[in-house]
Amino acid sequence: MNQTLGRSTIALSYLVLAIGAIIAIFPLALMVVSALKTSAEIVANPLALPSALQWVNFSRAWTDAQLGRSLLNSAEVTGLTVVLICTTCSMAAYALARQATPGWRWISAYLLATTTLPIQLYLFPLYFGYAHLGLIDNVFALSLVYTAIFSPFSIFLLRTYFLAIPREIEEAAIVDGANRWQVFYKVCLPLVSPGILTVAVISGLNTWNEFLISSTFLQSHDAQTAVVRFYTLGGQYSSDWGEIMAAAILIVAPALVFFLLMQRRFIEGMASGSVKG
Amino acid sequence: MPFLLPALVINIVIILIPALLTVAMAFVEWDGVSTPTFVGLDNFRTIFADPVFFSALLNNIKWTLIFLIIPIAMGLVAGSLLLVVRRGRTFFQIVYFLPVIIATVVVARVWQGMIYNPESGLVGWLKLYGVALSDPLANPPTALYAVASVDVWHWWGFLAVIFFAALRQVDMAQIDAAMLDGANFPQLMRYVLLPAIRPTITLMMIMTVIWSFLAFDFVYVLTQGGPAYSSEVLSTLSYRYAFYNYTVGPAAAVALVISFFGLVATVFYVRIQQREGAR
Repeated sequence: MNQTLGRSTIALSYLVLAIGAIIAIFPLALMVVSALKTSAEIVANPLALPSALQWVNFSRAWTDAQLGRSLLNSAEVTGLTVVLICTTCSMAAYALARQATPGWRWISAYLLATTTLPIQLYLFPLYFGYAHLGLIDNVFALSLVYTAIFSPFSIFLLRTYFLAIPREIEEAAIVDGANRWQVFYKVCLPLVSPGILTVAVISGLNTWNEFLISSTFLQSHDAQTAVVRFYTLGGQYSSDWGEIMAAAILIVAPALVFFLLMQRRFIEGMASGSVKG
Repeated sequence: MPFLLPALVINIVIILIPALLTVAMAFVEWDGVSTPTFVGLDNFRTIFADPVFFSALLNNIKWTLIFLIIPIAMGLVAGSLLLVVRRGRTFFQIVYFLPVIIATVVVARVWQGMIYNPESGLVGWLKLYGVALSDPLANPPTALYAVASVDVWHWWGFLAVIFFAALRQVDMAQIDAAMLDGANFPQLMRYVLLPAIRPTITLMMIMTVIWSFLAFDFVYVLTQGGPAYSSEVLSTLSYRYAFYNYTVGPAAAVALVISFFGLVATVFYVRIQQREGAR
């Protein structure tokens, strides 16, 4: 259709798309520019470029907020959650795709329903339960919460990958003497590895960025994740926006690099979860 | 069944059992320490007597309307224009998606400090040119809209990418036929593209309603529901009852009200799906 649409239509389209891009980029550009300015410069003119690059903002943010420790905590929670989601959800998705379980419709409906519940509906008893069992500040206990919350989406996404596997392949493996577990583990799992990677990327990023649950269940200074530490930094040094923006970049950078490397998988995964053909 | 067991057990322990306990807590009085006592509908009477509950509910409704219109319109415009252009599709998709991948707390602080702040932000820069604005987050009439703007910025790129993905699946023969008939782009949108992706638009609108009643992070980080409860929504009100006032009963009652709206939207969605499946 590009041939038949007039040049002016295409030019106008680029103009509108560019405005959209500027809207998306502008606050992020301000974040980067401000991270390299002194707070006096920011107050004097928030939009001006820095006169000299203040790399010291980054080192101050790193030490003041003890970001190193909190970034490690975030990495630990994220890694554990991704492993838990990939293992439990690929198994569950396989079962739902093969409809091997009686009542699979009800289980799917239940999982769908949990995604519409507010966190406040289960946060308070969960918090009291965790506190009672001494699981506050426990990274593994927190990653179980994330696994529960992110798993319905992951299961539904992985299920579509399992559905695409021809049954003949599985039947051939069974004829060759493989049991159900071997069929899943040795035959199907390698075939859905792109789906597992997509789920790992999306749930990993969601975990890295999550705030409410993390701030509720990891409370001590040494256990906090980077996002929660960043939140408290804003309260402590609320006037020094250069330092705060430097800390913001340090937290965003790993997620951003990850996204740029994986963007195709990311965007396709998000889209395939939501687009109904 | 053994394949489903691990995921299901985690889900039931973390979500279902605590959720059922919350339902029970909505009908008892409990300070977190002593023995809970059954109080019937008292917790609901408490929240219905609290004027903040109704202003929070109204804010959720405003929030829903804002998100049903603005980000969906932005996403549809950007998504369909991506279909028009050939070069730069990937670039624009990546740029639109960037805000989506950034942590809400970081996004909130960037807007707070670099856009809304009357000293260090864009609002302060406007002052250099004689446009004196106060902090939109600190003004009761504007606080909710200021918070919603940040969330719209964070969110619309996701919809643009989703709608573009849906539009790409539209049958090219249909598009070519319309073009041969001399349709211009707005006509193409109205008669071919929008009807073709209607299921995706409907799904996104229902999700928008559900998510709008769950909205929490941006309100909590940017205004904590203030000033003077002007940007309070149901989820922050529930959190306030539980963790600031230590009144778990009313907190549970508000959580049930939020769940009710989610349930209505879900039922609505299932019925629409059944109707479309029947055709």
